[in-house]
Amino acid sequence: MKNDKFKETLLGPLNKNNPVILQVLGICSALAVTVELKPAIVMGLSVTIIVALANVIISLLRNTIPNSVRIIVQLVVVATVVTIVSEVLKAFAYDVSVQLSVYIGLIITNCILMGRLEAFAMSNKPWDSFLDGIGNGIGYAWILIAVAFFRELLGSGKLFGFQVIPNCFYEAGYSNNGLMMMPSMALILVACIIWVHRSLNKDLQEK
Amino acid sequence: MKFLKDIVDKLKPTFSEGGKLSMFHSVFDGFETFLFVPNSTSKRIGTQIHDAIDSKRTMIMVVLALIPALLFGMYNVGYQHFLAIGQDASFWSTFFFGALAVLPYIVVAYVVGLGIEFTVAQIKGHEIAEGFLVTGILIPLIVPINTPLWMVAVATAFAVIFAKEVFGGTGYNIFNVALITRAFLFFAYPTAMSGDQVWVRTQGTWGWSNGHATVDTFTGATPLGQVGTATESTPLFTDILGNNIGFIDGFLGLIPGSVGETCTLAILLGGMLLMVTGISSWKITLSVFAGGALTALAFNLWGPETAIANLPWYNHLVLGGFAFGAVFMATDPVTAARTETGKWIYGFLIGVIAVVVRVLNPGYPEGMMLAILLMNIFACLIDYYVVQANIKRRLKRATK
Repeated sequence: MKNDKFKETLLGPLNKNNPVILQVLGICSALAVTVELKPAIVMGLSVTIIVALANVIISLLRNTIPNSVRIIVQLVVVATVVTIVSEVLKAFAYDVSVQLSVYIGLIITNCILMGRLEAFAMSNKPWDSFLDGIGNGIGYAWILIAVAFFRELLGSGKLFGFQVIPNCFYEAGYSNNGLMMMPSMALILVACIIWVHRSLNKDLQEK
Repeated sequence: MKFLKDIVDKLKPTFSEGGKLSMFHSVFDGFETFLFVPNSTSKRIGTQIHDAIDSKRTMIMVVLALIPALLFGMYNVGYQHFLAIGQDASFWSTFFFGALAVLPYIVVAYVVGLGIEFTVAQIKGHEIAEGFLVTGILIPLIVPINTPLWMVAVATAFAVIFAKEVFGGTGYNIFNVALITRAFLFFAYPTAMSGDQVWVRTQGTWGWSNGHATVDTFTGATPLGQVGTATESTPLFTDILGNNIGFIDGFLGLIPGSVGETCTLAILLGGMLLMVTGISSWKITLSVFAGGALTALAFNLWGPETAIANLPWYNHLVLGGFAFGAVFMATDPVTAARTETGKWIYGFLIGVIAVVVRVLNPGYPEGMMLAILLMNIFACLIDYYVVQANIKRRLKRATK
């Protein structure tokens, strides 16, 4: 029984309860940072770490936070964690942090964060909250990585900045799809993932 | 005919329920009703209204109306080609050159689009809808003649799946499917859809008329492209040899451009057929022209001192895709507004936005596609407010 809950908390968000493709949260950053794989992965990792840490902190504090100011307390915690991650990135991965520009800072406004804090960390124990944060972060990250994979591959013919589509393709008349570089295509790709996901999981389909 | 009918009747049990190929019954039904009038009749219950027009007939009328623009487009492709390489060619070789160049696009559009429609119909167990008959002929008419075929195939597949099938198939689409195809091409492969290299076929077609150099004075830009990028403020445009041309050339259409859009005369001929038979709404077409003309006139009088803003209003109506959009695209009954007042508003705004995009956005010399797609979104909103206004007006009268 305990094992079941453990599994549900950690793995649920990867599939049946995914924050992006089921709850449609965190869409804005999915559009903004998925032109290439590298920033998408860094973004996914950052969000995972931030959600997990913030979840644990809020969960530890949950019995002492007055109900009337809980949102402000959550915000303060999130802002602190985001600032730490942002500074770490600037120190150790400056290029990527430049590429992600404001979006790391904007993780504060990522709906997944506040959603998890409100819905889970406020009423669960620290360890469960940690698992929930990791699960949701990875659930968010894999969607970002999947979208970025197709956008980088079809949009610029590269993966991680290395050209993977051979030159003979271009000589034969192939050309990169400029639409993939535009944010609108990220939405369509997310829609495709939702499409595939729902046709694989019949119980998720609306009547 | 008897022979065909025999074959169809003999094959029928195989495709009916329980037959070997029953999974393909919708393909079979599609072909049967395409070839013969179905002999199944409605039940004799209640009141039935018989109307000679169904969606098959509607679609085929639109295809017929597109024939003048298509034939002229073929001729024009050949004409521009031989003009560019400085050769004289007879009428028929000019026409056949163009026909050979245009034909692959028609085949690709139909094969890809119908292939997807058939597959979806099989999966969903629907009947095959006729909607793609028109879309398939529109697509070749609105792309430049040098667009690679695989791009057209990719764009058609994208448009049919994402603009039509996901919304529920023929009759449920929010956006005009042919225009989504063009929009996809335009944003995904901009180098193949704009500039001055794509409008005139300077290479041969299938080995015919290969390897000629273009004449020295050759410039491949469309008139709108020339005016849009002009540095002086006088709106002059030339044909591909650099001779100055004017309104009448734009009207007759021997100018570079997408295959079907150049000849306003041929487009209007087709448009007449549609309007007389009541298939397209003359209100929309008229108000698109009115909106475009008035906006262009306003820019002429008070606009900025650029060439495109100074382009006389009547030239706006005959250059680029304006006439084609007004006659064949804006009037698409599925995506246009349906209330009578709504049609006036819808058409007028398309004309206004098309000219505004042309004049004020130097990145897009042509604004018709974007204008129609934008107004497609608002069509149902316009209808909603027209209906609400009507309800309010009548309520007021009733409660007075």
